[in-house]
Order: sequence, then C-alpha cells, then structure tokens
Amino acid sequence: MAGKSTTVPLARHEKTFWQKVREQKVLVFWAVIFFVFGFIFYYVPLGGWVIGFQEYKPKNGLFGSEFVGFAKFAQLFGDVTFLRTLRNTICMGVLNLVFCFVTAIAFAILLNEVKSKNGKKLVQTISYLPHFLSWIIVTGILHDMLSGSGIVNEILVGLHILDQPLNFFAYPQLFWGIVVFANVWKETGWNAIIYLAAITAIDPSLYEAAKIDGAGRWDRIKAVTLPGIRPIIMIQLLMNVGNVLNAGFEVQYLLGNGLVQSVSQTIDIYVLKWGISQGDYAIGTAAGIFKSVVSIILIVAANQIAKRSGEERLF
Amino acid sequence: MAQKATGKKIKPTTGDKVFTFFNTIIMVLFVIITLYPVLNTLAVAFNDGTDALRGGIHIWPRLWTTNNFATVLEKENLLTGAKISVARTVVGTLLSLFLNAVLAFIISRKEFIFRRSLSMFWVITMYVNGGLIPVFLLYKALGLTNSFWVYVIPGAISCYNMLVIRTYMTNSIPNSLVESAQIDGAGYTTIFVKIISPLCKPVYATVALFCAVGQWNSWFDAMLYNRMSEKYTTLQYELMKLLSSVTNQGTSAEAMKNAAGAVTPTSVRAAATILTMLPIICLYPFLQKYFVQGLTLGSVKE
Repeated sequence: MAGKSTTVPLARHEKTFWQKVREQKVLVFWAVIFFVFGFIFYYVPLGGWVIGFQEYKPKNGLFGSEFVGFAKFAQLFGDVTFLRTLRNTICMGVLNLVFCFVTAIAFAILLNEVKSKNGKKLVQTISYLPHFLSWIIVTGILHDMLSGSGIVNEILVGLHILDQPLNFFAYPQLFWGIVVFANVWKETGWNAIIYLAAITAIDPSLYEAAKIDGAGRWDRIKAVTLPGIRPIIMIQLLMNVGNVLNAGFEVQYLLGNGLVQSVSQTIDIYVLKWGISQGDYAIGTAAGIFKSVVSIILIVAANQIAKRSGEERLF
Repeated sequence: MAQKATGKKIKPTTGDKVFTFFNTIIMVLFVIITLYPVLNTLAVAFNDGTDALRGGIHIWPRLWTTNNFATVLEKENLLTGAKISVARTVVGTLLSLFLNAVLAFIISRKEFIFRRSLSMFWVITMYVNGGLIPVFLLYKALGLTNSFWVYVIPGAISCYNMLVIRTYMTNSIPNSLVESAQIDGAGYTTIFVKIISPLCKPVYATVALFCAVGQWNSWFDAMLYNRMSEKYTTLQYELMKLLSSVTNQGTSAEAMKNAAGAVTPTSVRAAATILTMLPIICLYPFLQKYFVQGLTLGSVKE
C-alpha cells in the first residue's frame, strides 16, 4: 500500500498543469468558448454600470462621458415618480409572494387529501395549464373576463352585488388585486408541484400513527403534512425573496393603462420608459443598478437569517 | 369483503365527511376557474362576431363560424410573426440544448482543471445581471438589434437549465461507465456523444421543452430590439399589438367598421389567442410529463 502510493501515483502527481491542459484539450477548448460567451453577454453589461455614474452621452461613449458620482442616484430619489414605482414594485412583489405562496401550499395540501386517484391526477393536470400560456394570452383573457360583458360582471350583477357592470381597470384601488389574482391564476398549480412532491415523500406511518391517536384530517394536516414540508417551504421562500423586485414587469406593463398609472408602474417600467423611450440611459441604468443591488442584499440577508435559525439554505 | 373490512377499520367521522365535501367543492371551483376563461375564449373564437356582441356566450358557440380564423390567417403580419416564432423556437431550442449540454458535461467532469472556476463563473450570472440599459446598448453595439439572432444567441445558455442537466449527469449516470470508456481510449467528444448523451435523453427532453416554451412565449425581446423591423416580428408581439389596439381604442368604432363581415375585433382577438395557444396545447401531454420531472430534478441540491 505504502509502496504503491510512493511509486505509481507519484508519476501521476508529477503531471504538470500544462500536461493536464493537453490531456483535456477538448474540454479546455469548449471552456474558453463558454468563458468568452458568458463574459460578453453577462459580464460586459455589468461593466455598463459605469453609465449610472456618468452624464452619459451616446456620442461621447462610455469612455468619453463625464463622471458625476452618485448624482444620478440623488436625482432618482428626488423623483416622486420613481419613489412611487419603488413603492408599487415592493408592494406588488410582496403581495404576489405571499398570495402565490399560500395558495400553492394550500392547493397542494388539499389536492393531496383528494381520495380518488384519477380525480387527483385530472385536477393536477388541469392546474398547471395556465403556467405554459404567455402573459400576453393571460392578460388578454383576463381583460375579456373583467370586461363589461365578461363573466365576472355577469355574476356580480346577477347576484345583485353590483347594479351595473364595473370597469375593473379604471380603479387604482383594484389594480394590485387584479395583478395578484393574475399571478395566482397562472402559477398556483405549477408552484404546487414541488410541495406535492414533498408531501408524497412523507413517511405514511406518521399518518397512521396520528390516525390511531385519534387525529382528524385537519389535525393530521397540521401535525404531519405541514411540518413535513417545512424545509421545502423555507427553501422556496428563500429563492423567491430575492426575486421580489423582479416580479414586476410583464403583468403590470400589459394590464396597466393611463387611469391606473400611479399604482401600476414598477421600476422596470420606469427604466423602460425613461431609459429606452426617452433615451436617458444614465437614469435608467442607475435605477437598474439600485434594483440589482437590493435584490442581492435580499438574497444574502434571507440566507443569513435561514442560517441563524438553523433552516436549510441556498448557499 | 375487503371493502367491508377497511370500511370498518377507518369509519369516516362526521368531521371527515364535512372535510371531504368542502374539499371536493374547492377542487371543482378551482378547475372551473382555471378552465372557464380558456373555454370561453375558444367559444367566442368559433362564434359569429356580431352575434357574440349580444353577450351570453359561455363555453359553447351559439352561431358557429370559422370566419374569425380565416380573418386572422389573412393578416400578413401575424403570418410573418408565426413564421419567425416557429423559426426562433426551433433554432433557439436546438442551440440552447446543445450549448447547455456541452457546458453541463464539462462541469460534470471531476478531473477537469477549470471545473470550479467555470462553474462559479456561470452560477454568478444567475444572481447578478447588468440590467436593461447596458444590455440594450451592448446588443446594439454587437449589431444584434434589428436581427433574428437576438432571439436565439444571447440567452442561449441558461445557468438554471445547465444545472438541471449537470445534476442529472452526476446523479443518474454511473461514473464507471465513463471511466471504462476512457480506459478503452475514448476521447471526451466520443464519451459525450456516444455514452452520456444517449443516457441523458429524459433530461434533454425536459430542457428542450423549457427552452421551446420560453421561446414561443417571449414577446418583450421583439418589442425592445426589433420594433423597427417588421420582418422579425413574432407571433406573441403581434398578438399583443392586436390586443392592445382593441382595448385602447374602444370596441364600438372598430366593431362598426367590421360589422359587415360579421367579424369583430373581439372575435378576431379570440381566434388569434387560440391559434397562439395551439402549439402549447398540442405539446401539453409532453410538457406536463417532462416539466414535472425537470422541476423535481432541478430542485435537487448539490
């Protein structure tokens, strides 16, 4: 044993870096391609962050534009419109996170309680259909459902809750609710998949034991199912917290209109409007940087909290 | 007999019955809320346009017609969009799958000298990105705006999809297979093509479907980068323009204009929506099989 490790592998240990490179030249070749590709499409834009600290003029370019420090950020936080988009982004992000989370977990638990195997499969298959439809289609359909002659008004008027059809998209106080509903409608079934998988992995004998102890269905959910899927809930929560600020573009852009602008515009829409349409690249970049930095802080913070409390964590 | 026995063993209590009752109602409601909007759109799409304005169409057309679809299929820009959408879905999916698989393979080779650095390099891209403006300026500088390639090249590698494949390669394929091939003198290319890839078919299918659905459904890139060139428009973007033109201008004026043809903006919109949905519905049986698998694969932590 000792002899072996000093003779044969020694020869192998002496393989130099360059020998290894030659041996793995195919891998190295592709690795170079992937480094270059990733550098161009993911790291070069990070270099573009300097625009946020410049009085950027396209004709002067990145290297000829004057540096202004944090002036653009100061301008951003002095802008009422931006502060409003910040509020909208955070509120809708948090509302989406909470509601999508609760509905997905509740749906997974209730679906798991369905006794008929075929019924369960059927409901689940239908449940994630909306996930595969584009936001264009989903918001289009939602417009139809909530229109004057749509089903929602028909039901509400039929039940005498409303006297006449309501134009749902004209009221700022309803907009966040509509956005949350759209997200819940599209993603509940999909988000539930992971919880259903976790529930299936729970040891059935735990349920049997609870049953013998006289626990009803509801007690068993509280005492066995929920604790059983707790780790996966925590991981999902962690993964989604970092995305809170990212959850605000497509739906708001597609559902928003002039009447609800004050509550519908998010940071991403602000960037699109001022950065691309108005050509103010510096302010758009600054808003983008702010969003990225806050997202990273959120992820790291969530991870730290999870670590402290001894829960599962991402990294 | 067996039934009688089990019936005796766990006799459902009143609480259980109440629970089952309400649970069934919740599930039925859930299914209705999920399906109704889609079925309603389908019914409107197959219904005569002017007749539909009277309202009251739910999940079955009152006056059958295929005129709405005929009108949609005559729209030049929608047809161009459909062609580009198909092209980007096919090209984009193949390119993505190939690049993600190769990258996953490299990173899954334990002896590879740059394994850690390459892997970190890509994981970072999941958490930080340059943001809209720097990316826009970059694509412009690279000549990717006003071109087809902006749809398929920049997003070709997704770290998430790559990790899904990598996880499958390391967890489901025994390393001894690779080692014995190496002893037989097989190079990395041979190992990837002849040994790893055939075993990775399920995960390749999953990732291919991820990419295909993403390509088919995306619209923002067409709006942002190819707004000026109509020949690179996509179906989703055209559908968006169609939908927003109606919602913003109000239905009545447009409806009057088209009343003679018995085709209204609402009915055309419904038909266009159904056509855009069609590929997804056709793929759905595969989607649900492989997506669920992919989701559970992807969630496996290293």
